[in-house]
Amino acid sequence: MISVLDSLLQVCNRNLMVKERQMKGRALLIFFLVLGVVLLGRAHTVLAQHVYLNINEPFLRKVPVAVPGFKSLTQGVNEDRLGKEARNILVNALDFTGYIAVLDPMSYIENLAKKGITRAEINFKNWTVIGSELLVTCGVEESNGDIQLKFRLFDPFTERLVKGKVYTGKIDDLRRMVHRFCGEISFHLTGKWGVFSSSLAFVSTVGKDKEIFISEFDGYNPRQVTRHNSISLSPAWSSDGKWLAYTSYAGGNPDIYIKNLYQIRGNLINFKGLNISPAWVPDSFSLAATLSFENDQEIYLLTGKGKIIKRLTDSWGIDVSPSFSPDGKKMAFVSKRAGTPQIYIQDLDRGTVARLTFTGGYNTSPAWSPEGDKVVYVGIANGEINIYMIGIDGTGLVQLTSKAGDNEDPSWSPDASLITFSSTREGGAGIFVMTATGGDQRRLFSMKGAQTSPVWSTGNENN
Amino acid sequence: MNYKMIKGGRMKKQVLMNLVLALMISGLVFTVSCAKKQVVSEPVVAIEDTTDADAAARAAALEKQRAMEEEMLRQKALKEASLSEAARAQKAAALERFVDQNVQFDFDSSELTPMARAILKEKALWLGENSGVRIIIEGHCDERGTLEYNLALGERRAAAAQKYLIDLGIFQSRMSTISYGEERPLDPAHNAAAWAKNRRAQFVIK
Repeated sequence: MISVLDSLLQVCNRNLMVKERQMKGRALLIFFLVLGVVLLGRAHTVLAQHVYLNINEPFLRKVPVAVPGFKSLTQGVNEDRLGKEARNILVNALDFTGYIAVLDPMSYIENLAKKGITRAEINFKNWTVIGSELLVTCGVEESNGDIQLKFRLFDPFTERLVKGKVYTGKIDDLRRMVHRFCGEISFHLTGKWGVFSSSLAFVSTVGKDKEIFISEFDGYNPRQVTRHNSISLSPAWSSDGKWLAYTSYAGGNPDIYIKNLYQIRGNLINFKGLNISPAWVPDSFSLAATLSFENDQEIYLLTGKGKIIKRLTDSWGIDVSPSFSPDGKKMAFVSKRAGTPQIYIQDLDRGTVARLTFTGGYNTSPAWSPEGDKVVYVGIANGEINIYMIGIDGTGLVQLTSKAGDNEDPSWSPDASLITFSSTREGGAGIFVMTATGGDQRRLFSMKGAQTSPVWSTGNENN
Repeated sequence: MNYKMIKGGRMKKQVLMNLVLALMISGLVFTVSCAKKQVVSEPVVAIEDTTDADAAARAAALEKQRAMEEEMLRQKALKEASLSEAARAQKAAALERFVDQNVQFDFDSSELTPMARAILKEKALWLGENSGVRIIIEGHCDERGTLEYNLALGERRAAAAQKYLIDLGIFQSRMSTISYGEERPLDPAHNAAAWAKNRRAQFVIK
């Protein structure tokens, strides 16, 4: 009884947060999406004890989901076309997760686009029989460029409406509206909002130069955000997604640029020597970076304005590539203090340092999981450059890539379900993605030049 | 005793003063006498009375002499020119060698090999002979290894080369360092030969 009450309270809190976020979004006028969240029915408040999918399970079985054609609700001229487009966006996004398999429409028995998309109109037996564990329906309304998408997520076995949402916006908002509901589906399955509202930053060659680009989570709609006509490297998102720190030779020396993505302002870290490998402290306007103005590469903690707070490492030799635990209390980094580059973890309160990697003679580029329990990194062994994962206690070492070009720059999705990385397996360097257990390795997109250093922003639009 | 000492001191002072005075006076006298001597030895210009024939013969002789001298000068200049040409070519070759010859490193290492030291000794000699030259030492890595680590490794390579040159007597103020990590390979190929070429400290004249 108490747990049910708790759950209800949590739901209330969440709804409040959704409302608040919308208000904020509108106030900031960053996006033009006007979002009306209408609760369809009361089914979603029925909260049985929910067992979430463990997305870090190595032999994860994908959840089969049926997505029948979207229904045109007012027979508007564009509704069929928009419905098809919206369904494609949804199917691609669900496939992207690595833990959902959209069932082949050839196997569907009912045509809900004709018959109807509400609970009363669906014969759920027709969906359980084809093995669908979840059913997504959507109705599309369009008039004069205003679109309304009415999404429903059903559990065909319990014949229950799991989640219903209505999104209103312009044609340009179609992807965002669909991705929001994808977030709801992810939340139902995993307890997390997924990667759909994240942005992806990466480096791409532009002629002889390297510039920073930002795209949607899946590489869609890339746009160039730096024009230094120089070498720009190592993009790093602040937790709130408003700031991007990166290294650039724009001023002749490798300096760190801290760029505000919504205003024309920024800060510069340009001490003598190296200013490289920026990593933001979670939920803080401060970052760690390697500087060498004291004639040795050490990691320092700096404010977002570029002022040194303190030096974090203290060992002769290379100390580079900091990555923070989600609570910001610990830092993984690379050090050559024992003769070869290895990954270490430093407790920032106590100042204690422990070596994490002992296998192989070259382990670098650590990325701490947003779940807090693992670190992915790059290792070189037998002439191959691959991505490995290890528990922060040093157990459970797994090799995630193998015999497929050089694989570098691993980085996590905010829900810790996916890892993005760069690979030369198809020739020039491109950006790839895999599940957190190394499954479903695929290229995100093809683009002119070579792409490296992909990183997802936290992206928290749904919560 | 005390009194005597003071008195003695005073006396010494007196003698010294007299001496200085005497020197000054004698100096003054000497200067005056010198000035006089100069006036006396002022040269007197002699006006010569000569005939036209004399003048013509003399002019011809002078002309001959001048031509001979000119020829000698020309020969000398030619000789010098060819000499400096060779020197210049040699100098250019030395400069080219200084800029083109890189210091190589082993994988994941910023330690100077015996070969690297030999090359740096030669560079130090050149820098000694060309004391006005300021240089940038660039540190580079091959494509294996990761980007950020390689930026740090490249810096250590440049610093290792710089330190050795300092030890050989080259002023630090003439040198600066920068790391390009794996961003500027000399050879873009993906093989051992290219990697070896790319792991380097490279020298650029400012």
